[in-house]
Amino acid sequence: MAENLLYLTELVGLKVYDTRSRRIGRVRDAALVPLIDSSRVDRFLVGGGWAWLTVRYDQVRSISLDGIYLQDELLTPYHSDEYMLRLVRDLLDQQIIDVSGRKVVRVTDVTFTVSREDGRDVLRVLEVDIGLRSVLRRLCQGIIPPRWVRRIQQRIPPNSIRWEFCNIVEADPQRRLRLNISHAALEKLHPADLADIVEELGPEDREAILSAIDSEVAAETLSEVDPKMQVSILESLDAEKAADIVEEMAPDEAADLLAELEEEASAEILQEMETEPKAEIQELLEFKEDSAGGLMNTEYVALSERATVADAVTALKGNEELLESLNTIFLVDEEGRFKGAVPVARLFIYPESTELRALAGEPLIRVNVNERQKRVIELFDKYNLLALPVVDDDDRLAGVITADDVISVLREK
Amino acid sequence: MILMLKRLRYHIAVFFSVIGPGFITAMVDNDAGGIYTYSQAGARWGYLPLWTLLPITVLLIVTQEMCSRMGAVTGKGLSDLIREEFGLRPTFLMMTALVFTNLTNVMANFAGIASSLELFHISRYISVPVGAVAVWLLVVKGTYRSVERVFLFACAIYVCYIISGIMVRPNWTEAAIYSVRPVLMLDPAYITIVIGLVGTSIAPWMQFYLQAAVVEKGITAKEYAESRIEVIVGCIAMTVIAFFIIVACAGAIWTVAPRDIKDAADAALGLKPFGEYAFLLFAAGLFNASLFAACILPLSTAYTVCEGLGFESGVNRSFREAPIFYWLFTLLIVIGAGVVLMPNLPLVTVILLSQVINGVLLPFVLIFMILLVNREGLMGEWKNSRAYNAIAWLAVVILIGMTLALVGITLRDLLAA
Repeated sequence: MAENLLYLTELVGLKVYDTRSRRIGRVRDAALVPLIDSSRVDRFLVGGGWAWLTVRYDQVRSISLDGIYLQDELLTPYHSDEYMLRLVRDLLDQQIIDVSGRKVVRVTDVTFTVSREDGRDVLRVLEVDIGLRSVLRRLCQGIIPPRWVRRIQQRIPPNSIRWEFCNIVEADPQRRLRLNISHAALEKLHPADLADIVEELGPEDREAILSAIDSEVAAETLSEVDPKMQVSILESLDAEKAADIVEEMAPDEAADLLAELEEEASAEILQEMETEPKAEIQELLEFKEDSAGGLMNTEYVALSERATVADAVTALKGNEELLESLNTIFLVDEEGRFKGAVPVARLFIYPESTELRALAGEPLIRVNVNERQKRVIELFDKYNLLALPVVDDDDRLAGVITADDVISVLREK
Repeated sequence: MILMLKRLRYHIAVFFSVIGPGFITAMVDNDAGGIYTYSQAGARWGYLPLWTLLPITVLLIVTQEMCSRMGAVTGKGLSDLIREEFGLRPTFLMMTALVFTNLTNVMANFAGIASSLELFHISRYISVPVGAVAVWLLVVKGTYRSVERVFLFACAIYVCYIISGIMVRPNWTEAAIYSVRPVLMLDPAYITIVIGLVGTSIAPWMQFYLQAAVVEKGITAKEYAESRIEVIVGCIAMTVIAFFIIVACAGAIWTVAPRDIKDAADAALGLKPFGEYAFLLFAAGLFNASLFAACILPLSTAYTVCEGLGFESGVNRSFREAPIFYWLFTLLIVIGAGVVLMPNLPLVTVILLSQVINGVLLPFVLIFMILLVNREGLMGEWKNSRAYNAIAWLAVVILIGMTLALVGITLRDLLAA
C-alpha cells in the first residue's frame, strides 16, 4: 500500500500546522529514542522562527504529504539529547551494517509506514533505502514535487533493507548504550562474513565492533581478517581486551600474530593473558615463522601407543572443543616419542578393544620443528595429508600442522 | 646503537610495505597529456620554464600529503568523506563532473597509446583495441596486490625519459641555472604554458585515487610517517621525470629551432636526429605512460563514483554483485578507446573541454579536502596545524587561481576555434 508509506526525503521540509491550521514551520529532522521504541519516530524537530522546536509523537494528529497537523501546541524548544538517534544527522549518508545481506551499506533514504494508533498518525521506520531509486529521490528532493517523484521512481527497482536487519555503527561505547545498539545480530554471523564487514569499515568502527562483541567471536573473526589488518586492530585495542581475544585464538595463529606486533605491544598483551595459553604461545613464539615449528599448532590429541579404541573415544569426549577440526589421533610412548598416527574415521569400524597401534597408518611421517616450510608443503602434497606431526630433536611430539595451515601459506604466496 | 639500528631497519621495512599509492599517483600524473605539456614547454621555450617545477613540487606535496593523511587516519575514501560530511547532492554533482573529465582523460591516453605505437608502425586499429582489452583484463582478473606490482613496474619504465634526456646532450649548465631562476614574461603564449604546467600537474582524480589507494592498502595512522615520505618521494620523482622531458625537448628541438609541437609523438620524432635510441626510449615512455593512465583512470573513476553514491564496488565482487561498478568501468574504456578510432573526431576540442571541467571541479575538491582535514571529529590529533593550514590554503588559492586562468585561456581558444 504505497499510500501509507512516507520517505525521509519527503518528511524533511514537510509543513507543520497547529490546531487552528496555522503554519508553525517545516520539519528539519526526526528522531527515534531506541531505548523506548526501536522503530517509532518519537520526535519531530521543527524549524520555525529563531530556534528549532520539538514535537513529540503524541502531539501529532495526522501526517500526510500535505503536512503534519498537531493536536497539542505545547511545544518545547529543541535541545540536544544523547538518547536520540537523529535520522538526518546520524543515519543519512552514513554507513550501517546490513546483517541479512552481510555487508556494509550507505544510507540514502529511510522509508516509514504511516499507521493510525490511538487516534493519531504514527511513523515507524520500515526500511533503510540504498541504491539508485533512493538516489533519485534525494536528487529531486525540494526540486520536483514528491508526488511526481513517486511516479518517476516506479520504473527503478527498489533496493532496501528491513530496519530489523540494520546494525548501526557507533564508535563511542557510551552512546552505544544510550542508543540501545546491540551487536547480538553480528555475533550470529559466520566469522568469515563478519571479517569481511569489519575490513570494510574505518579503523575506529572496526575496533569498536571487535571490542564490543564476545571475545570468542572476536577471535574467530580476527583470524579471518587480512593479516596486516589483524596487527593494526590488535595494537589499537586495549591490552586486556586484546589478551582476551588472543586467548581464544588457535595457539599457532595467536603466536604468528603476536610475532608480527612490535615487541612492546606483544609483551603487554602476553602479560594480560592467563598462564596456560600464554605458556603455549610463548613456546611457539620461539620458532622461526617459516619453519615447521612456526607453522604448527599445539592443540592435538596424543595417546599412549598401548591405548585401545575405547580409550580414544573417551579421550575425544574430553576434548570436545577440538572435534570440529580433528582428524588424526597421535600415539606416543612413555617418553613422549612419536609412534604413530590414527585417522579418527577408523575408530568407527573397529571393535572397542582393538589396540590403536594396529590401526596406525604406514609409513611413519613426521617432520622436525626446524624443517623448512617448503619441505612441509611437499610432504602434504606427496602423501595427501590432512595433518602432519611435528617432533623435536629427541623425536618427541611437539605439535601438529594441519592442512588449513598449509593452505594459508600457499595462498599468501 | 643496536637499538637505533633496529629502529632504522624497522622504519625501512615499513617504508617498503607502504610503497605504492604515492608513487603510482604521482607517476600517472605524467600521463599522455602531461608529457605533451612538458614537451611543448621544452620545444617552444627551451630551458626557461624549468623554474616552475620547484613550486609545482611543493604544491603537489602539500595537497597529496593531506589526502594520504586523511586516508590513513579515517580509513575512508575522499568521496566517502564528502558524502558523509556534505551530503548526497554535492557528491553527485562532483561525481558527474569527475566522470566527464576522467572520460576525456581516458580518451587522451588511448590517443597516446595510438600515436606512440604508430611511431613503431603499428596501426591504431590494432593497438587501441588490444590495449583496451588488456587494461580491462588486468583490472578485472587481477588482485590488488598483483595489479599494484604491475603498476610499480610501470613506474620504473619512466626511467626511459631520464636516459633519453641524457642522450640528447642538453646544455646542463643552462638547465641548472633556469631551474632556480624564475623567468617572467608578459608573452601570452609563455604565460599559458606556465599555467598549463601547473594545471596538468594536479588533477581532481589524483586526490580521490591516492586516498582510496592508501585505504585499500590498509595503511594506518601508525605507519603514516613512512607513508608521508613515500608521497613526498613520489612527488619529487614525478618532477624529476618532468624535468628530463622538458630538457630533452629543449636540447633536441628548441636549440635547433623553437617551434610548437602537435602532440607528444611529434616530440619523440624531434629527438630522432640525436640518436635512434633517444627516440625509441621517448616513444616507449609515452606508450607506457598512456597505457598506465588508461588502466588507472577508469578504475579509479568507477571506485570513486560507486563509493560516493553508495553502490557496490570492487574488483573482488562479481558482475552481478556490483553491476554499476563494472558497467561504469567498462563504458569508460569502451568509449575512451572507441572515440580514438573514429576518424575526424575533434579530439583536441574534447581534451580542451575536459581541461575546463577539470578546472571547475578542482577548486571544489581542494576546498572540501581542506575543510575535511580540519574536522576535529574526523581527524582528531591528525588535523592540520595552524602553520600548515596557512601553507595549505595558500597552495589551494594559488592552484585555484592558476586553474581558473587556464579555464579562461582554454575557453578563449575554444571560442576562437
